[in-house]
Amino acid sequence: MLNAIWAFMILLAVIYAACTGHMSEVTNAALDSAGEAISLCLTMAGVVALWMGLMEIAKRAGLIEKLTRGISPFLTFLFPRIPKNHPAREYIAANIIANILGLGWACTPAGLKAMEELANLEAERGNPEYANVKNERGKKQEKSGNQTDKNYDRKASGGRRASNEMCNFLILNISSLQLIPVNMIAYRSQYGSANPTSIIAPAIAATLFSSLMAVIYCKWKDRGGVGR
Amino acid sequence: MNALAHISDILIPILIFFIVGYGYVSKVKVYESFLDGAKDGLKIVVDIVPTLVGLMMAVGMLRASGFFDLLGKLLGPITEKVGLPAQLMPLLVVKLFSASAATGLVLDIFKNSGPDSYAGTLTSILMSCTETVFYTMSVYFLAAKVTKTRYTLAGALLATLAGTVASVVLTAMLVT
Repeated sequence: MLNAIWAFMILLAVIYAACTGHMSEVTNAALDSAGEAISLCLTMAGVVALWMGLMEIAKRAGLIEKLTRGISPFLTFLFPRIPKNHPAREYIAANIIANILGLGWACTPAGLKAMEELANLEAERGNPEYANVKNERGKKQEKSGNQTDKNYDRKASGGRRASNEMCNFLILNISSLQLIPVNMIAYRSQYGSANPTSIIAPAIAATLFSSLMAVIYCKWKDRGGVGR
Repeated sequence: MNALAHISDILIPILIFFIVGYGYVSKVKVYESFLDGAKDGLKIVVDIVPTLVGLMMAVGMLRASGFFDLLGKLLGPITEKVGLPAQLMPLLVVKLFSASAATGLVLDIFKNSGPDSYAGTLTSILMSCTETVFYTMSVYFLAAKVTKTRYTLAGALLATLAGTVASVVLTAMLVT
């Protein structure tokens, strides 16, 4: 899917630029964006390292476990087939809470760990596509999480299918759970809005609606168990 | 009003204080835990770098080719009838791929029409109710090494559409 979209974007850009005479702009854009991506990653590296560090403290202190228990009914409703004591639940909980609070950069690390744990869950369920995750996990557990080896990466890239939990988790994430659009309020006041916070109520309503649609869609897709 | 706008300024230091304080009181080796977590985080970022380069390159090229402007011109007259100004079309498309590129467009709209105009209000609500679809999908699925994404895209686009419709309806109610 992503392969087709990516190829389509690149090809379309070049063809359209050729037709409209924007070739030099496209050349610059290709090089500039690549550089921009690297500088974004440098910023991101710092922030992600910071939040993952804090999250590790929170985890070892049992804080994340408490949070997870707090939103447990919600998690069980959305992800009924993740075992109660599975680490994936903790990371999903941390991600959802960071999302709701609008802690942008804090969501991503938790979300990425949640995806890794969901991959482990698939391995535990005996899904052959994920079989090598487990070997990996056994080898370097405890020490540095479940980061995977490069050589095994290549082997597995043949095509793993997302589990229902992964699809649902991502759809929910993309539907946005943020309650107070802090960034937008800041930009609005920066550009002289008479009432920057006037959008909070409609933004919450719109967010609830998009998330509700996401949940309905996921529950509908997820009906009748392991759909593969 | 300002207190709300600066909520993240207060929230993050308090959160950090709370986590480190709670950890220390619970006799967790806070510094060592932090280093372990940070190391994990760096590894994740290294894994993401190629994805970001690929995605941002594709979006950058498409934007520079002028295709988004064409899209706005073509779809604008149709979407204007349902309350979406043509001005917002490039934003709607870019928003699917990159939050930072979308922010640039948002600021343009604020600059040109003002944040309290119809377009400005719609933009504000729109940006608050969905996330970047393709960016989130590619980065998250990469972490699980998944290539077949099944119904994720359809669901994500549905949620985005729902958010867009809700934004248009709400804006029409707010700005008359």
